[in-house]
Amino acid sequence: MTILPYLVVIELLLVGLYGIAGSRNTIHLVSCLFVAQSSTYLLLLSIGYVQGGTAPITDEIPGNARMVDPVVQALTLTDIVVGATVSALLLAFALQRYKLTGTMDPRREPPQRG
Amino acid sequence: MSLAPFPVITALFMAVFLAALEQLSSRRRILDILSLLTALAVAAVDFLLLDGSLSGTDVYWFGDWTPMGRFPAGIAFVIDPASAGLALLSALLTVAALLFSWHHFHAVRTYYHTLMLLFLASLQGFALTGDLFNMFVFFELMGVAAYALTGYKIEESGPLEGALNFAVMNSVAGFMVLLGIALLYAETGGLNLAWAGAVLSGKPPGPAVSAAFILLAIGFLTKGAVLPFHFWLPDAHSVAPTPASVLFSGIMVQLGLYAVARIYWVVFSATLDAEALRGIFLGIGVATALTGGVMACLQRHLKRLLAYSTVSHSGLMLAGIALLDPRALGGTLLYIVGHGCVKGALFIATGVLVYHHRSVDEKHLRGRCRRLRWTGVLFCLAGLALSGLPPFGTWAGKGIIEETASQLGYHFLPPLLSVCAALSAGAVLRAAGGIFFGLGHPDVITSTAPATGEEAPETDHSRGPTPRIMLVPLVLLLLASLAVGALLRVQQVAELAAARFVDRTGYHALVLEGRRTPVHQPAPPARPGMAPALAATIAALAVAAFFLAPGPLQGRTREGVKALLSGPVALLRRLHSGYIGDYVTWFVCGTGILMVLAQLCF
Repeated sequence: MTILPYLVVIELLLVGLYGIAGSRNTIHLVSCLFVAQSSTYLLLLSIGYVQGGTAPITDEIPGNARMVDPVVQALTLTDIVVGATVSALLLAFALQRYKLTGTMDPRREPPQRG
Repeated sequence: MSLAPFPVITALFMAVFLAALEQLSSRRRILDILSLLTALAVAAVDFLLLDGSLSGTDVYWFGDWTPMGRFPAGIAFVIDPASAGLALLSALLTVAALLFSWHHFHAVRTYYHTLMLLFLASLQGFALTGDLFNMFVFFELMGVAAYALTGYKIEESGPLEGALNFAVMNSVAGFMVLLGIALLYAETGGLNLAWAGAVLSGKPPGPAVSAAFILLAIGFLTKGAVLPFHFWLPDAHSVAPTPASVLFSGIMVQLGLYAVARIYWVVFSATLDAEALRGIFLGIGVATALTGGVMACLQRHLKRLLAYSTVSHSGLMLAGIALLDPRALGGTLLYIVGHGCVKGALFIATGVLVYHHRSVDEKHLRGRCRRLRWTGVLFCLAGLALSGLPPFGTWAGKGIIEETASQLGYHFLPPLLSVCAALSAGAVLRAAGGIFFGLGHPDVITSTAPATGEEAPETDHSRGPTPRIMLVPLVLLLLASLAVGALLRVQQVAELAAARFVDRTGYHALVLEGRRTPVHQPAPPARPGMAPALAATIAALAVAAFFLAPGPLQGRTREGVKALLSGPVALLRRLHSGYIGDYVTWFVCGTGILMVLAQLCF
């Protein structure tokens, strides 16, 4: 049990959010969003990790072998699928916005205020 | 055979089926009818589920994976009156929205119906599930369908902007939910709500447990548009197609609050310090209700005004939940249903204006809609209902919340909540007075508001009479809200639902062991008083009169009022800047503050 992965989780999350907060390019913004999302993958995987454990494929290993938690891996996979869907949609929005307004900068367009 | 999975399966299957009809020529009415029938079928199943759950909560295990020993290896749907009731509300609002879209769209793309049904499926699943990760998946599905619906008018920059803000903020909220789930899984070793609650009960709350609760709560409260996580809502709701806004404001936001309540009562209620939580949530709820109410008064874009009103009412509902009391929770459930119908009716009435004038700008429409007499009357009625006029559902819900608050010793809460309800209802009535009766003059406050009034070719421009089929859902929704308040039976069901909702040991025994425990039947419902509700309605009329009647906003005092108010108004407007970066900064600040508070108090 080491604390390192948890520190990296916090770092990834904060770096991603910091990137979004100051972003001047929509593509960059979407990338930052998924840097932040990778922190969730890492947290899930490090929670299920067992020191010296093997992959959780029960057919091929002896019944008493140490293996990592398969549940969190399933969760991570689902999360990756969700992330891919959302990023595809967001990038499509970003591209369409570029076609309409000719800018990638989320701060260029006068926004709706109030 | 249990009916429990059918709402989700039917809606999902039909969504895919409709997408496959893309190639059909002259498919418009086929799509309309099929999607409407699907929503009606889902509503019928939900009604049966609700009816069945009144005698006893039902648990459905997918693939018959019942718990092994006590450990739940499968995924469960838990059908209790609260979840089935909210599922029914979402199906009925979808029916109303689809009825309205019959004439709303000039030319509709196939994926509109697919997205609406996909959204319906996710609302159903989110309400009915008893599994944390399942909840997350439906949360994300709801999100993706909603982002795509928001950006439906892809030829305009407003909807794209709104959809981007919505998607980014809700994705970040999704990360928080997932981080919370991961922490909770590490603590309890299970994803089922009942299992997590059973493992945690009686344990002292460690830092990981309170962090898990706060992360989950922040994620779902972002969906619930609560300060300071609410910024995305007005941007998204004001630009989405009107039928989608009906669903966003009527049920999606409220389901976020429902999730927080569900997770608190089933998982954390025996672990966390109730007093501290009550203080935190009451504070956030009241702040949200006030901010939303004030911001609603500052708008001239009608859909944006209604969106801020949703923010305000969401705060009111959070305050109802935050009392952590079964009676107040029953009132909140009642309020959610009553408010959902009224807000749906208001969005549809706005949609009728768009149908005739292609504009939602209060200034532009002033006095131009005198001939739409029926719409005007219904709009005013909905505005009054929004302030809690008896006997609408909003009256019953708000009355119960306020009376419970007084009983618990929070005497400042009832007048405060009434003021908040009066603010946004007053803004709606002001708009109605201007648009349908030509009252008032341009005033100093709203003239600086964003006025993106043109609603480009979402609909036909028409000078004929309003199609009947547009007014049908409007009337039906108002009648539904009236029935929710007027029928004693509905209040009984809401109080039963709340009693079942807070019964954590009963929930655990039922899900983990399949053992039914008798629920303490709530006492016969006491009707809330009329007088405070009437006072709130009069206050709303006073707010409307303040803007419309000759008074401080007109005449010689005008310049003085302008000088006095322009500072705070400009500050509020600057806070709601429309930039994603600012929203994320607020989100991080809010998260940090809540985290610190949780570690100190729990």
